[in-house]
Amino acid sequence: MNELPQQLVNGLLLGSMYGLVAIGYTMVYGIVQLINFAHGEIFMTGAFGALTVYAYILPDGTSMWVALPLMLVGAVLVAVLVAVGAERFAYRPLRTAPRLAPLITAIGLSLALQQAVWAWYPEAKSARTFPTIPGGPFTIGNVTIQTGDIFLVVAAPLSMAFLAYFVMRTRTGRGMQATAQDPDTAKLMGVNTDRIIVIAFALGAAFAAVGGVAYGLKYGQIDFKMGFLLGLKAFTAAVLGGIGNIYGAMLGGLVLGVAEALSTAYIANIPGMDKFGSQSWADVWAFVLLILVLLFRPQGLLGERVADRA
Amino acid sequence: MRQRSLIAITAALAAGALTLTACGSRDSGGKGSDSGKGGGTTVTIGVDAPLTGDLSAIGLGIKNSVDLAVNTANKKNYVKGVTFKIEAKDDQAQPSSGQSNATAFVGDNSVLGVVGPLNSSVAQSMQKVFDDAKLVEVSPANTNPALTQGTNWQTSKARPYKSYFRTATTDAIQGPFAAQYVYNTAKKTKVFVIDDKKTYGAGLAATFTDEFKKLGGKVVGTEHINPDTKDYSAVATKVKSSGADVVYYGGEYPQAGPLSKQIKSAGANVPLVGGDGIYDPTFIKLAGSAATGDLATSVGAPVETLPSAKQFVADYKAGGYKEDYAAYGGYSYDSAWAIIEAVKKVVDDNGGKLPSDARAKVTAAVQNVSFDGVTGKVSFDEYGDATNKQLTVYKVDGGAWKAAQSGTYNPSS
Repeated sequence: MNELPQQLVNGLLLGSMYGLVAIGYTMVYGIVQLINFAHGEIFMTGAFGALTVYAYILPDGTSMWVALPLMLVGAVLVAVLVAVGAERFAYRPLRTAPRLAPLITAIGLSLALQQAVWAWYPEAKSARTFPTIPGGPFTIGNVTIQTGDIFLVVAAPLSMAFLAYFVMRTRTGRGMQATAQDPDTAKLMGVNTDRIIVIAFALGAAFAAVGGVAYGLKYGQIDFKMGFLLGLKAFTAAVLGGIGNIYGAMLGGLVLGVAEALSTAYIANIPGMDKFGSQSWADVWAFVLLILVLLFRPQGLLGERVADRA
Repeated sequence: MRQRSLIAITAALAAGALTLTACGSRDSGGKGSDSGKGGGTTVTIGVDAPLTGDLSAIGLGIKNSVDLAVNTANKKNYVKGVTFKIEAKDDQAQPSSGQSNATAFVGDNSVLGVVGPLNSSVAQSMQKVFDDAKLVEVSPANTNPALTQGTNWQTSKARPYKSYFRTATTDAIQGPFAAQYVYNTAKKTKVFVIDDKKTYGAGLAATFTDEFKKLGGKVVGTEHINPDTKDYSAVATKVKSSGADVVYYGGEYPQAGPLSKQIKSAGANVPLVGGDGIYDPTFIKLAGSAATGDLATSVGAPVETLPSAKQFVADYKAGGYKEDYAAYGGYSYDSAWAIIEAVKKVVDDNGGKLPSDARAKVTAAVQNVSFDGVTGKVSFDEYGDATNKQLTVYKVDGGAWKAAQSGTYNPSS
């Protein structure tokens, strides 16, 4: 059987999830030049928000078709709340501090959020099962798509379309662009930059929450550590695509996902490389790719948006 | 203001220092009293297991079962003049945490034996610390052969540490036992072998592969996965296109559950077979309905079926523990009991009190214990391995593990 189409789909699905999370990294960086390393944990709290709605608010046995939209609402609500709270209490007080200070705060916040879920969320000390979408997989040709992945197939492009519309067509979106270009001038032109920054955090968190729900549906389980590695990958995707560039984030995610799937599938077939082809090497190849792109195109695949700031 | 806080700090420090000295004097007082008043000695049995994190379901079962053994010994006044207590430490399945826990146990003079750890890789980091202090360690769950028989166990066996024992059988037996079942009984001939590259998983996968090939089976693919991720779709696709009729996984349930699920959803409807690391209800929870038909080998016979275990199961229920005793409950109870028996022997030989070199004497006594435990006869061979070499194949059926076949391993060829 030719497994290439299937492996491409595997990679694109994984990559869509990276992309959804990467958008949050890239937007916040584009506007305040802060790498929010707690963003992976915002993705995680979003997933737990969705689980809370399903397991503790909705009555047992609610159909997934009813539950899923409500879970999404719960996920977005929790993630946005956490992100806006983080912005208000952890990052805003440090906005004029040296660059390193908020970065360290972000790492501290990331650990704090993990431990908070670990300590206080019921039975979160080991993985918790996440509800799945009923029904069998879909097969097109010899490519199989799981029901759990259908959410991702629908949600990722929809989210991107929404984001493109929001940034390009709405007043607030244009305010975001202006703030990204030059916050001081934007402020003089009457843009409320504080509000814009909060919106960037909230919007990034909402996308991460959608990613968190997708993760739960895809793997059927979530845990307090899930945000760490995925957050790191999403950050890599953002850099790969050109940090600050929202289309770049999605593209970077897809490229990274496909690279991981293909390296697992094919590197071992290259003569002399059989030791480096297993799935445990996929992360290594992902970072090799990152280094190569940055060597030859330091601004990332689509270019950094912030680069045009004077 | 500043002065007042200074006073407060000084007071707190003084109080802290006093408490510490008090602790110290209570310790030495306890030891002094066994000659004088008698009946006041407290012996601590340490427990090292993952009490949090992915493997906590198994770890808490270990801790509770040791607790039950200690309570039983105290209730029966099994060793006259000695009260047992447990001190449980969390290793989070990390070798580094295990080693610092071992150091802490060694530093506490009341600890005369430690039950644990769960993971072979953690045991590797603890063995020397315990051996240097002559403190006995009895693991209920480590299955890597190198721990008792040295790194070259396949060619020349040599016991590296005299203070290390285990009540579980090794992967040198478990892997081949699984291979024989898969090839002879389940009639599967094409296997795809996956492991997590850890001491336990890689070792198990290797012993399985050797035996499977020897029997005439074919390995159609191998993979190593990264235990930190949950996305195994690329691996699952490889399994499907390899045409394997069975997958062997060397590793633990947090990865095995999602792996089984993703293999089945990729369209490869083949059973996943693993070792005792996947024999846990959480595996079924994580894999969902995809787990049906999956197999696991585990050490010993199922605890519930042994007459010797009925009492354990009843006592455990009566103990009111929140968590299940899990895969190693019976072995943990027996491990703790081996230490209790050894302490009893040492105390009896010394006229009813603990000798000054109690640790070394207890370690030597564990080597010769022999009693009927929860899991059958408990005693150790010259390497510190359990003499009881029984194993069982379990199958997921109706959302639970059901025993499919028990037996002792007989090498082929």
